[in-house]
Amino acid sequence: MPTEEARTAIELNVNGITHRLDVSPRWSLADVLRHQLGLTGTHVGCEQGVCGACTVWLDGLPVRSCLMFGVQAQGHQVTTVEGITPSTGLSPLQTAFQEHHALQCGFCTPGMLLTAQALLDRNPKAEEGEIRAALSGNLCRCTGYQFIVDAVLAARDAGRDA
Amino acid sequence: MKPAAFEYIQAASVEEAIQALADHPQAKILAGGQSLVPLMNFRLNRPGMLVDVNNIDDLATIAVKDAGLAIGSLVRHQRLVEDALIGDRLPILAQAASHIGHWAIRNRGTIGGSLAHADPAAELVALMIALNGTLVVRSHRGVRRLTADEFFLGYFTTALEPTEIIVQCEIPAPTGRMGFSEVVRRPGDFALAGAIVAQSGAAGWVTWFGLGSRPERFSVSHWGQDDGERHAMLGELATRMMLAEDEEYKRDIAVNAAMRAYRQIKEGK
Repeated sequence: MPTEEARTAIELNVNGITHRLDVSPRWSLADVLRHQLGLTGTHVGCEQGVCGACTVWLDGLPVRSCLMFGVQAQGHQVTTVEGITPSTGLSPLQTAFQEHHALQCGFCTPGMLLTAQALLDRNPKAEEGEIRAALSGNLCRCTGYQFIVDAVLAARDAGRDA
Repeated sequence: MKPAAFEYIQAASVEEAIQALADHPQAKILAGGQSLVPLMNFRLNRPGMLVDVNNIDDLATIAVKDAGLAIGSLVRHQRLVEDALIGDRLPILAQAASHIGHWAIRNRGTIGGSLAHADPAAELVALMIALNGTLVVRSHRGVRRLTADEFFLGYFTTALEPTEIIVQCEIPAPTGRMGFSEVVRRPGDFALAGAIVAQSGAAGWVTWFGLGSRPERFSVSHWGQDDGERHAMLGELATRMMLAEDEEYKRDIAVNAAMRAYRQIKEGK
């Protein structure tokens, strides 16, 4: 029988840095990011793929880090909310979230940011319907979503002007 | 919750994967993990070993075969939505896949995984039954080819043996024009009920999913002259589905989904 102590050595590239880690295969990517690397911006909500709080990028595309095991991320580029945050200050999207009151408790915010940023990177002219469709996989219990959509629209328009 | 401990193998080829399944009766295939991992997190499923097939590039191919397409089991849902060949040859597949879960789920979930899971509300299961696709499965004993009708047995139940892996889905090009519609409480949820319909001349078929133990396809001898005739005909057909008592309300939803899907054809989408 496998035991929890059995570990596998992996190399994990997160936010451009390669880490050597010993992980148990059963640890989710979310838990590896949080507990092994201290990247606590990735939040763990439902652990069943529904809430979107744990969203990270795998090779630039949003995925649920609660539905992947850390061992599976070997050979891929993982990006967390820390990776899309400038070393000082905020990104344009993060600034828009602040200005539009797009967060209250903040639990869903990292997942919202990664989903919205991935959308805008792929589709800088995304229409409101497309933004709402993309964000429909991320649950927020504070804002009622309108301010989040406002923030993403504002970031989109600011990017267009730039 | 967290999953129970398991052994983990990364298969580099289909041969390695089927050997691992043959050697380890407690092993399960891990593809996109968008259904299996939630079940493991709930501890509804505790496989002793996972055989990860995500690195087998041979399973991620899309190719023309006869008049249809042969799609590798590791092709992910978002690729079904975006792929040019699918958009050109089998747009109904792209349309169906676009209704699966959310973007982050579609980026990971695979066609083979969805078919092996066999949720009665799954869009791809419905499409395979609607178009009478063929599943190609392999084990250490060889290759089997199963039609969708043979493969899908009921609620989350398939003819796949524990030692077998789905390697390919062959989907024939549809004859006639097709429409797709499903009714969900929120986008991304599983459908309460959905319909895929085809029309060729006066006749065609309707495949309903999300109700009963698996999607079912019914022949339509005449689509009717107007909405009233059509609604009555579909209502009559829908009575032929075996439903649990608490699913009875879904018959009306199924009929309306089929009406909407048919309207798509008429409006040229």
